[in-house]
Amino acid sequence: MRPEHPARAVRIGIGGPVGSGKTALVAALCRALAGELRVAVVTNDIYTTEDADFLRRAGVLPDDRIRAVETGCCPHTAIRDDISANLDAVEELEEDLGELDLILVESGGDNLTATFSKGLVDHQIFVVDVAGGDKVPRKGGPGVTTADLLVVNKTDLAPLVGADLGVMARDAAARRGNLPTVFLTLVGDPGAEPVTAWVRDRVAHGVDPAAADHAESAPPHTHSANAEPHGAGAG
Amino acid sequence: MSLSTLLVLADGRLPAGAHAHSGGVEAAVAAGRVHDLATLRSFLVGRTATAGEVAAAFAAATCRALTGPQLQDALGGSPDRRGDEPGGPRAFAGVDSDRVRELDDGIDARTASPALRAASRAQGRALLRAAARIWPTTPSTTAGKQPHHPVAVGIAAAAAGLRPREAALVAVYGGITGSASAAVRLLGLDPYAVHALVAELAPECDRLAARAADRADLPVDDLPAGSAILLDIGAEQHATWEVRLFAS
Amino acid sequence: MRAEARVVAEADGRGGTRLSTVYGEPPLLPRRTGHRHAGHAEVHLVGGAAGPLGGDELRIHVEVGPDAHLVVRTVAASLAQPSHPPRHSTLTITATVHGTLAWLPEPTVAVTGCDHTTRSIVDLCDGAELLWREELIAGRHDEPSGDLRAATTVRCGGRTILRHDLAIGPSADAGPATVGGARAVGTLLVVGPHAPTRPTATSTGATMPLANAPAALISATASDAAGLRRALDGDTVNTWAADPSAKPGNCRKN
Repeated sequence: MRPEHPARAVRIGIGGPVGSGKTALVAALCRALAGELRVAVVTNDIYTTEDADFLRRAGVLPDDRIRAVETGCCPHTAIRDDISANLDAVEELEEDLGELDLILVESGGDNLTATFSKGLVDHQIFVVDVAGGDKVPRKGGPGVTTADLLVVNKTDLAPLVGADLGVMARDAAARRGNLPTVFLTLVGDPGAEPVTAWVRDRVAHGVDPAAADHAESAPPHTHSANAEPHGAGAG
Repeated sequence: MSLSTLLVLADGRLPAGAHAHSGGVEAAVAAGRVHDLATLRSFLVGRTATAGEVAAAFAAATCRALTGPQLQDALGGSPDRRGDEPGGPRAFAGVDSDRVRELDDGIDARTASPALRAASRAQGRALLRAAARIWPTTPSTTAGKQPHHPVAVGIAAAAAGLRPREAALVAVYGGITGSASAAVRLLGLDPYAVHALVAELAPECDRLAARAADRADLPVDDLPAGSAILLDIGAEQHATWEVRLFAS
Repeated sequence: MRAEARVVAEADGRGGTRLSTVYGEPPLLPRRTGHRHAGHAEVHLVGGAAGPLGGDELRIHVEVGPDAHLVVRTVAASLAQPSHPPRHSTLTITATVHGTLAWLPEPTVAVTGCDHTTRSIVDLCDGAELLWREELIAGRHDEPSGDLRAATTVRCGGRTILRHDLAIGPSADAGPATVGGARAVGTLLVVGPHAPTRPTATSTGATMPLANAPAALISATASDAAGLRRALDGDTVNTWAADPSAKPGNCRKN
């Protein structure tokens, strides 16, 4: 448990259904940002050395910058209802590696209702892919409707699976109000440019001091009642 | 003592990391030792009689070390409370918490498995974090920030205004429900039948908790030390797996 | 029956170990064995084939002085026997070790109906070395087990580094969390520079470095005494046996 200081790393959660491309996006972000920012990753996926190799081969992060968290078969619990293990992993990274700018927390593949607790991350990205069908944004769910950034991934597959990107864009806008949505293909854009830019901007803004307190693990003292972290989809 | 406060601390949804630990069930399932309701029942009974009793004893002893002599409880008063509400946070004036470090050492001595020690301290750290946010008077102790889980239970219970017997109850009951719910998730067992097992063990929880409270002042070496060799072996094997769903 | 035995080993000043006390009362009869010229002294407990018996209160005290090296064995397995009417029996072993002690008795067999507890309290000074083996066998061949407990406390420099109770028999759990129905369970504690520093595990045994000392506990379950012995001793005891002059402890009397 660290002493309080507002300069802790910005924490960004990356969630989304199985196979939507979370790990590939994490790799792309690390590749794009590792040269300019001090980055570390916490993964909640069933994590194998294969996954670690994937990130290592991608030339993005050394092993000591990646922490895996076991979720007891309940990936959404670990990022939303009981964030202890993830907070431990974040703290350990900060203790072992010193000051960091950005910690990406990748959720285990889950369904459309999974969201991150505000006690764990400052911002969250929700990743869906066109192969899941162009109805996904219309279906909504807390991930699609409340994530700070919605990424519609694998747009290169849209013609193959008959997904209408225009429909997805319109539905996403209707569901999300002013919250941004980006369309991405890592085949055509291996640097995930729009997402990278958004993340860079979040890091530049730093951590909201109020959030720095409540997402901090430690001190058993004053915090206002309305600062209590509860994700929108808790329960 | 507030019954509601006891429920808060014993609730499986308390955000203290318990959901990610199987209490040895994941390893026992993989080894084929637990595969149905009957073997789960045997597992829970054996675990409760060994690790469960140890956890109960150390939670009670820690709580006693922080809340003072039994006499205060016997008088039925609310000793040294800060705040007006029953079950409110307790002040910890003049308590010798070196005993807490000794108790933490005592669990090290009872936990041969490095994997189990790590799992216990991870859960202790998570519970202390939760307690500090829920009961702001949660004391810091000589056991540091990553005490063993039963010690953390005792600290949290003391902070919540509970007594040693309730601390022991939380420790032993939490061990049973944690293992039981992991078995439901891993084996797809009928959750009603599994909870019937939990209910069947309730009287044993009560008995162990009462006993733990009675013996909360004993020297650390004289506290229960029942060892479960297969829990140790299973934990060490589990720690080497490349893929596991539970942290322990 | 009450009986007591005492063995005191001291460095002889010439790199060897002499026994200044070897005392016993039946059924606890310690005898010096092994080569006189070896760097270590060896004692076998030869007494009492049938024992302990219900109602017995037996005590063994061992002291190993600075730079002394003592090996203690028994000539045969101890059979914990019931009495009529049933009574509890106890064996209390206390050891104070400045140098090196290898406590390597044969197993204790829980004969049907027995009710026995072996309580061991070992005090090591900093730098002392120890091998301490405990083996519990659930009954003779095809016999239901009696109740047998081993309660062990090992301190190092005054700090308890190992505290465990093993139990077999009708009053003990034998399920999938504890021994999984195994008829033989046991542990070997290794303290000192020989202690393994990395945890390892098989399906029925594990080597586990302890938290607060240069020490490791090897625990195993097996279907019989021979399998248990193989699992516990592995390379560790052989290493000691091949190197009896293994560096003795170097701490001072405190």
